[in-house]
Amino acid sequence: MPSPKAIDVIKDDLWKNNPVTVQILGICSTLAVTNIFLNTLIMSLGLTFVTAFSSLTVSVMRNIIPLRVRMMVQTLIIASYVVIVDIALKAYVPDISKALGPYVGLIITNCIIMGRLEAFASSNKPSLAFLDGVMSGVGYSYVLLVIAFFRELLGFGSILGYQVMDPLMRAIGASEGWVQWAFMIMAPGGFFMLALFIWVSNNLAIAKVSHSQK
Amino acid sequence: MEGLSPWVIFFASIFTGNILLVYFLGMCSFLSVSKQVKTSLGLGLAVIFVLTITSALNYLVYYYILEPLNIEYLRFIAFIIVIASAVQLLEMIIERFSEPLYLNLGIFLPLITVNCAILGVSLFMVIRQYTFIQSVLFGAGSGIGWMLAILAMAGIRQRINEDRIPPALRGPGIALVISGIMAMAFIGFSGIVQIQ
Repeated sequence: MPSPKAIDVIKDDLWKNNPVTVQILGICSTLAVTNIFLNTLIMSLGLTFVTAFSSLTVSVMRNIIPLRVRMMVQTLIIASYVVIVDIALKAYVPDISKALGPYVGLIITNCIIMGRLEAFASSNKPSLAFLDGVMSGVGYSYVLLVIAFFRELLGFGSILGYQVMDPLMRAIGASEGWVQWAFMIMAPGGFFMLALFIWVSNNLAIAKVSHSQK
Repeated sequence: MEGLSPWVIFFASIFTGNILLVYFLGMCSFLSVSKQVKTSLGLGLAVIFVLTITSALNYLVYYYILEPLNIEYLRFIAFIIVIASAVQLLEMIIERFSEPLYLNLGIFLPLITVNCAILGVSLFMVIRQYTFIQSVLFGAGSGIGWMLAILAMAGIRQRINEDRIPPALRGPGIALVISGIMAMAFIGFSGIVQIQ
């Protein structure tokens, strides 16, 4: 198998094969933390870090990992990086670390990482694997961030903790200000937002295909 | 968490704090395996089985090994090893003792190691400081709640298969919309008991 070009890797991970919208992987943690933008940002950075470095490590070790215990070794590599992220978060942003709760640990079982390790890192050279890890992380993150942006905006009426909707509503003359959509903060809001995102992005993809066929 | 009756936790983890619809755990297999009721039932039973056993094992590991040695930060690694080996062991035991059970349940066991619900329950158990009995019932309840959700989902998906769904929503899209509506239904339970 010829090794893929770097540019194709980037395109694939960001759009064509986006881990969240196309492969529907790793959405366990996608939804749980997306009602506050800042938490999501931290979570995404953590996930990108873990994906990138575990891809790199697995790729470097790909010829010495015995096939039979491959999954176990990969899981342990991922878990070690997650421990690093967890300790770093506890030390530098203790509040957010507390808010994320168990979801930092759940990066371990995030199927995106395992998926990339299996599908890409274990058969490609380290530099490309690292790039693929970073790009999958970014592809995952931007979907999360879009969802989190709208959930926080509608749910709390704020962006990054600053109230925006309330003054805006008052400015255009609504005396009661912004009525928070409690629904968006709760679980169903997450499901519907992701469904909407997938709907829109699939529509774009379908439109593109039918356009090129004409 | 000392005062809370384990049975309250048991029922709360099935309904008000449904592991899947409230905490979003175990979504991957929930979306990919929920196409048929029969396979969902098999996977659901396997999840209940594994969750109950691993929450008990991880409780012992955390409070009798990690805490005395002051290495709680290694809990992710310890838990995942316990889960993976428990699943492997179960697979071998079932294969040895019951052929029909193995054929029905066995194929789902490897899938379970990477099911976030399993690790999630162990982590929640530590964060909420449950006692041993509470942890085991929390594990069992979460498993039952998960099975309930995936069965309902599979039932609905089998029925909507022939319906006309917008092409862009087909598959995971519509599944997420259904889970959203199911999550709303489960919020209706939330007045009964509250655990955190």
